[in-house]
Amino acid sequence: MRRFRHAPLNVALAVVALMWLVPTLGLFLTALRPQSESAGSGWWRIFFEPSQITLNNFLDIIGSDFFGRSIVNTFAITVPTTVAVVVIGALAAYALAWISFPGRDGLFIAVVGLLVVPLQMALVPVARLYGTLGIFGSILGVVLFHTAFGLPFAIFLLRNFFAGIPKELLEAARLDGGSESRIFVRVILPLGVPAIASLAIFQFLWVWNDLLVALVFARTSSAPITVAIQQQLRQFGGNLDIISAASFVSMVIPLVVFFAFQRYFAEGLLAGSVK
Amino acid sequence: MLAPALVFLGPALLILVALVVYPIVATVIFSFQDRTGDGFVGLANYREMLTNSRILTAIRNNVIWVLVVPPVVTGIGLVFAVLTERITFGRAFKTIVFMPMAISLVAGGVIWRVVYEDDPDKGLLNAGVRAVGAIFSAPGAYVGAGPSEGLREDEGALVLADPVPAGSTVEIGLLRLGASDIPEGARPASVTQPADGAISGAVFRDFTPGEEGTRGELDAGEIGLPGVAVELRDAAGEVVARSTTDERGRFDVPSLPPGSYQVGLAASNFRAPFSGIEWLGPALVTPAIIAAYTWIWAGFAMVVIAAGLAAIPREVLEAARVDGAKEWQTFRYITVPLLAPVIAVVLITLVIYVLKVFDIVLVIAPSNVQDDANVIALEMYQTAFGARNLGLGSAVAVLLFLLVVPFMAINIRRFRAEQG
Repeated sequence: MRRFRHAPLNVALAVVALMWLVPTLGLFLTALRPQSESAGSGWWRIFFEPSQITLNNFLDIIGSDFFGRSIVNTFAITVPTTVAVVVIGALAAYALAWISFPGRDGLFIAVVGLLVVPLQMALVPVARLYGTLGIFGSILGVVLFHTAFGLPFAIFLLRNFFAGIPKELLEAARLDGGSESRIFVRVILPLGVPAIASLAIFQFLWVWNDLLVALVFARTSSAPITVAIQQQLRQFGGNLDIISAASFVSMVIPLVVFFAFQRYFAEGLLAGSVK
Repeated sequence: MLAPALVFLGPALLILVALVVYPIVATVIFSFQDRTGDGFVGLANYREMLTNSRILTAIRNNVIWVLVVPPVVTGIGLVFAVLTERITFGRAFKTIVFMPMAISLVAGGVIWRVVYEDDPDKGLLNAGVRAVGAIFSAPGAYVGAGPSEGLREDEGALVLADPVPAGSTVEIGLLRLGASDIPEGARPASVTQPADGAISGAVFRDFTPGEEGTRGELDAGEIGLPGVAVELRDAAGEVVARSTTDERGRFDVPSLPPGSYQVGLAASNFRAPFSGIEWLGPALVTPAIIAAYTWIWAGFAMVVIAAGLAAIPREVLEAARVDGAKEWQTFRYITVPLLAPVIAVVLITLVIYVLKVFDIVLVIAPSNVQDDANVIALEMYQTAFGARNLGLGSAVAVLLFLLVVPFMAINIRRFRAEQG
């Protein structure tokens, strides 16, 4: 009875769900059509003429030096950044949660303050700094910048989680003569897994999807796929085959991560709704 | 305990100081320097910022973004969060709406650029507008036809220059029609004599091989134009009768009151087919990008609010219902107030993100309208790294920073309150 009563609502929300699905579907189907077809008609023609379906656009993307390399670069930027943010952030979060030292609370408040600083505030000086250090245009430079701007959120999220770990567990470990590093590895990290997982997924997607940082600090040989796509946009209509296929390729990993770890992603977002 | 603390904090502090704290200070200093960072110029960059029309457009657009996006996205998220609790596929719905949050704004932007294509044959949105529009105003069958002798144009319609009395016949010729413009089944035109008080006539292609005929008159062999909408107007210009031509181009309007009438062919005959709304033109580009951004972020608002909703004790809502509160009243007076803190967090988060909006504008706005769609973060990038004006670029960055500071303060206050 209850379901029946809500039939109009079910229909209405099904229409809304379609509105959210169709644009993405359109991109996918565009990527399956040759440029000669996309130049003259919309992706929905594919339903009337299924013979036009081709995987060539995807093969071209994966086979091209430029895009192939950009996919490799995306991994080379995202994976080290995620590891660095988690490790460095967890170390700092532990100190801020469980080691007492003068100025600790003030330091943590400062980190909370850094959460919302627009990264535009750092682009110009860091670009100059990188020039001096000779790492402008390198993947290392991109990784370091992302790490720096990922840390405040990492420290914020992990410190709050670590602070909730029962005091008795740590005190017992300390009484057993465990050093701080032993406690960190044996007690904090295992108990912190849920928060660390949320952070890692959030950070991974954040960096994978970044455009601005890479646009400023990467050069063609170190550019991730977002930059590679952006560079094709001036000829949007003429390059639609390449652009749509590359965009879809760029979405595959985030979507896999999303569907595999949706809960952790949502929790990371909930914790991060201050950033 | 300072030594172990430093070991743990060291790497983070080093990176944060070198790549966040020091640059913030340096950017502030740069904002008072010239375009190469070699000399101080006082407040010149800030003065430039408040007079430069590009930057003012960026600021104005950012104001629009901040005023529109947070309330709209939060409102949609609230509605979705509440409604998904009542449908059978709530989980699937949430996943679908939340999904765009996982992909890059670059990919999201490309998705919407395809949707917004001008050509209704290629862009989904314009195809939809055309399909709906065709119900109300179908394109004419004689697009491109021109008036022959004796006709003049009047707001898209073609009318006979001289009014005719009831009981007359009229001959209306059209030019500039090729063989392919003539509908199948059209036959040589003819005119029938009208009954008393009627007006009849023919609409025909005013063309004979060898140009032997007379312009504006029906010559032997000229072809009739079927399906033309004919309108008769009275002296006041009101349409008093309509008719449609048959396969010989004939029409007939019987039993008119005495008087003279202006005979014309309706504008609908010549209406050009829909060529697409220019979604990404200067006028609509910002609303179009905002719509795409809403599509991406609605899932965020929905998920956060749904989590807040789940935390409301069921008994509270049940109690309200037992007390006879209607669904809407429960929502308005119980659910929304209890959700207020969550809604505030969503709003603030959106304001902070929207102030920094960048990628999606760069991706969706075609290069020739990028100035019209400009926002502060984009302007900062273009000035500092496109035009290589370090001083002005830094000043724009400082503006962005100052706009975010109040929200930073709110965060810190809230955080302190939570810590008790």
